[in-house]
Amino acid sequence: MLFHLIVFLPLLGFLVAGIFGRWIGDQASEFVTTGLLGLCFVLAWIGFVMVAGGFDGHYPVANWFTSGKLDVAWALRIDTLTAVMLVVVTTVSFLVHMYSFGYMEEDPSKQRFFAYLSLFTFAMLMLVTADNLVQMFFGWEGVGLASYLLIGFWYQKPSANAAAIKAFVVNRVGDFGFALGIFLVFVLTGSVSFDQVFAAAPGVAGKTVHFIGFDWDAWTIACLLLFMGAMGKSAQFLLHTWLPDAMEGPTPVSALIHAATMVTAGVFMVARLSPLFEHSPVALSAVLVIGATTAFFAATIGLVQNDIKRVIAYSTCSQLGYMFTGLGVGGYSLGIFHLFTHAFFKALLFLSAGSVIVAMHHEQDMRRMGGLWKEIPFTFWAMMFGTLAITGVGIPFTHIGFAGFISKDPIIEAAYASERWGSTYAFWCVNLAAGLTSFYSWRLVFMTFFGERGQFSSWLPAPVHDDHGHDDHAHDDHGHGHGDGKAHESPISMLVPLGVLSLGAILAGMVFRHDFIGESFGEFWRKSLFIGQENDILEQMEHVPALVSLSPTLLMIFGFLVAYYFYMVDRKASERLAATVPALYRFLLNKWYFDELYDFLFVRPAFAIGRALWKGGDGAIIDGIGPNGVAARVLDVSKSAVRLQTGYVYQYAFAMMLGAAAFATWYLFGGAR
Amino acid sequence: MSGSWILSSLLVLPVIGAVCILALPSGDTEASKRNARWIALFATLITFVLSLVAWSQFDAALPGFQLIEDHAWFTSGIRYKIGVDGISMPFVLLTTLLMPISIAASWNIENRVKEYMIAFLALETLMIGVFVALDLVLFYLFFEGGLIPMFLIIGIWGHANRVYAAFKFFLYTFAGSVLMLLAIMAMYWTAGTTDITVLLHTAFDPKMQTWLWLAFFASFAVKMPMWPVHTWLPDAHVEAPTAGSVILAAILLKMGGYGFIRFSLPMFPDASLYFTPLVYALSVIAIIYTSLVALAQENMKKLIAYSSVAHMGFVTMGIFAANTQGVQGAMYLMISHGLVSGALFLCVGVVYDRMHSLEIASYGGLVQRMPLYAVAFMLFTMANVGLPGTSGFVGEFLTLIGAFRSNTWVAFFATTGVILSACYALYLYRRVVFGVIEKANLKTIVDLSPREIAILLPLGLLVLYYGVHPQPIIDASAASIDNLLRGFAQAVTATKTAGL
Repeated sequence: MLFHLIVFLPLLGFLVAGIFGRWIGDQASEFVTTGLLGLCFVLAWIGFVMVAGGFDGHYPVANWFTSGKLDVAWALRIDTLTAVMLVVVTTVSFLVHMYSFGYMEEDPSKQRFFAYLSLFTFAMLMLVTADNLVQMFFGWEGVGLASYLLIGFWYQKPSANAAAIKAFVVNRVGDFGFALGIFLVFVLTGSVSFDQVFAAAPGVAGKTVHFIGFDWDAWTIACLLLFMGAMGKSAQFLLHTWLPDAMEGPTPVSALIHAATMVTAGVFMVARLSPLFEHSPVALSAVLVIGATTAFFAATIGLVQNDIKRVIAYSTCSQLGYMFTGLGVGGYSLGIFHLFTHAFFKALLFLSAGSVIVAMHHEQDMRRMGGLWKEIPFTFWAMMFGTLAITGVGIPFTHIGFAGFISKDPIIEAAYASERWGSTYAFWCVNLAAGLTSFYSWRLVFMTFFGERGQFSSWLPAPVHDDHGHDDHAHDDHGHGHGDGKAHESPISMLVPLGVLSLGAILAGMVFRHDFIGESFGEFWRKSLFIGQENDILEQMEHVPALVSLSPTLLMIFGFLVAYYFYMVDRKASERLAATVPALYRFLLNKWYFDELYDFLFVRPAFAIGRALWKGGDGAIIDGIGPNGVAARVLDVSKSAVRLQTGYVYQYAFAMMLGAAAFATWYLFGGAR
Repeated sequence: MSGSWILSSLLVLPVIGAVCILALPSGDTEASKRNARWIALFATLITFVLSLVAWSQFDAALPGFQLIEDHAWFTSGIRYKIGVDGISMPFVLLTTLLMPISIAASWNIENRVKEYMIAFLALETLMIGVFVALDLVLFYLFFEGGLIPMFLIIGIWGHANRVYAAFKFFLYTFAGSVLMLLAIMAMYWTAGTTDITVLLHTAFDPKMQTWLWLAFFASFAVKMPMWPVHTWLPDAHVEAPTAGSVILAAILLKMGGYGFIRFSLPMFPDASLYFTPLVYALSVIAIIYTSLVALAQENMKKLIAYSSVAHMGFVTMGIFAANTQGVQGAMYLMISHGLVSGALFLCVGVVYDRMHSLEIASYGGLVQRMPLYAVAFMLFTMANVGLPGTSGFVGEFLTLIGAFRSNTWVAFFATTGVILSACYALYLYRRVVFGVIEKANLKTIVDLSPREIAILLPLGLLVLYYGVHPQPIIDASAASIDNLLRGFAQAVTATKTAGL
């Protein structure tokens, strides 16, 4: 019952706010949805304590559909992995609901916003409690819908609508793989429910399967297809393009969906399916290489962005890469632990950014900011804690440090210790990315909070826009002036969530390390994560050379110093650097030109081919040869439309009757025979 | 066997309604228009209630035909024999459900109201007849007869280019049905009967099966419609009045799929197996080709029409996968598509009634003035995209699993349809509903009226209900489909062994 309530209370909130919102009013909708989420939040932590104490549960809710051997049920699967996700989702969701009281204060569609938030939470909870692949897919697409609705929440903005569609479609590309993966798992094991699939997994391991013309190792191809879904949802390299654009949504949405919860669904999926991935070193190598590449690649783009939310978005992308790196080396708990801590500090960073944006009257361009720390000190400190956490500040060789230090550095060590194919590459990617992370994070802090207002406004493009206007469209601008005037600290409803999340950013790593990746690892996770017999990565990572353990911290300090020099000491230095390597600068500023590439490769051709097939295929060829040729003759005979109501129907009926008559005649002869 | 009258009453009731309307005083007075509307609505509603009675008497656990009525009719051989099994029952219910909705959606028709209502009532009888006929000749008469009222509905109450569209519709379907008639003759010549229940157990010679299969295929492929004989559909939809489009998309298209399941698969199993690659190829082309074409459309109804063709590609693919998930999925998808595409055309009709334009470019920003409409349209768009939790998902998912078990290439290409459908559907929604109202004539547009809510709400609830609890529909046909597939497998193996 406890877990039923956790999952279905947000649905209730959605229905109340969504259906009755127009009658009960904005305020009632806000209180109902937030109140129910608050209840979920309390229950989820109770559940977490229960599960940490050894409780596992399985609650069938209803049958969904059964077709032949395919049996799909609605059921809740409660184990440690689920409990961790429940805590993450309900905590952040509750805080974001609360934060939205202040952030959406002036928005005319508050009840719609809160209804969507609760819908999202429900879908996300269905995803993490799923007992089978199809229910997971339900949650998966459900969060996709909520994300689409919330990115496009300000539907007046063309850029928001475009971003919403992009998010949905790119996710569908991933879901294409996910769906095929589900089909293949069903064909391989005869089931889609986790218990049965996992039980059958060892028996299938090593078999080959024929798929689109090739013979594959069964779990390798299945896991690669499923991982494609994870890449889409978690915005990994090649399918990452939607995430930065998703920042068109209101900032609380970015914090909840596009930082703490939905985008981590891919990480959760791989961990949940560890009994399958563990059988395929190739698939794990793919996870490792894609994750590490994303960690590095997204961090490079984050270096030069000027929109405060986009910097954090690329940072999210990069941190998700870390999580996949952890999974890829076989350290599933490393990935989930980083997911857990990241949820706190990244939600903190986003909500702090939202507080900055409100203070700046819905200005998002960091070049127009500066010197804010005195005006909004509480937000400043929240942002500082988030930054200290994400950059991984801590004392090397101990377990004392901010959340990011405790959860990120082990991933880097594990990448070094791993002997999996691609792990050396991955180690360098994630290690260097630690330096880049430090640089862009401190750059953000220095540009917004230090110096004086408008210190970098000379970098702003001339009023006449260049062809590339993405960044300039990205303001949460609905009727406010731009960033002049004094900044004001946000209301208490926004500051409380910042405070709570700050605690998480400081403490989450140190408090939970022991259970997640430390000594009581086994009894904490129990059977929710599957670790193969020869997989001892958590053991190995303890024995890496001292320099390796130290290197992320050194790179972090280096990144901080460079950022300090560029943005505090010599403010022209970065400009000069950009001028020395203009091609590289433009390459990074334009996000490695992925949008342009995809537009050229997919979007334009799809429309062009569609038009060509329509006009050429359907119009000229099929109709030209077929009906138009004939119809033209018929219409020649009678131009009059009136005839239609009289003549031709009768002719048709006549022809039919003639046929029937011919048949009857022939039948009578046949009958006589 | 005897004593059941319920199916006949389903056939007769709309006719009685039509006769009553006919008896109204002539002339297009307001009173007679109003009476014609109410009579039609009541006749269809009572038919719907009766179909629910039939449904309650129907035992889904039995694989064979039930509620059979059998009377001598045209000499001793061709009989008036009707009945339902798990495959036809859902279609009967779909038809009787959508008819009152269509009548209610036609409340604004002012031109020749009596004739309009009579055409729809006649259409209902003929459509139900197609699904309950258990005699091939009877089937043929209903199947072809249904064209006449539809032809009139498009040709008389349609839009500007209705003549062209009506002719295209006519030419295609007629060409196909001539061949089917020949095949029916040949079947009678071989088996000595036109009783479908007997023919289902008649083993036709494989060579003959090929010809019979092709002849039926010609007719059903046009009806589906399958690529490349689909081009009549977008034109027919664009020109048809709203309710005409609803019936066309929701029910007439399903006759093709019904025909494949009822005739092609069980009666010509060897030929079905032989031609499976052809059907697969056409299905996959339909899914990808028409989805891309849908992306380029500038007319709302054309876009939804092309989307229908793509969805029917999933149906044909599922049927010829010839396994449980494939055929059950195809059945489910047809029912679901009936609800969803019907609702989408109703949604288009809502704004057409206000603005008299089907061009996407005439709209934009409707959400500002029509929030309820935006919600309804979003729900049906998502169902069309196959979002889990709506009825659209289950059918698509099952047909894809069925195809995957049979041929991974087919499933691979067909699954790209889930990406493409998201593209065209959301792109349509964005252009019509999102954004800011800029056109002056949209600034006073009003949201759904109570009548429109009453039309869309039941469909919306069904789409959601069958999205989370699809089992009633699946179970209704499960026994019949199992039976069909068992027979199919036996026939195919028998031929294989004989061939060796």
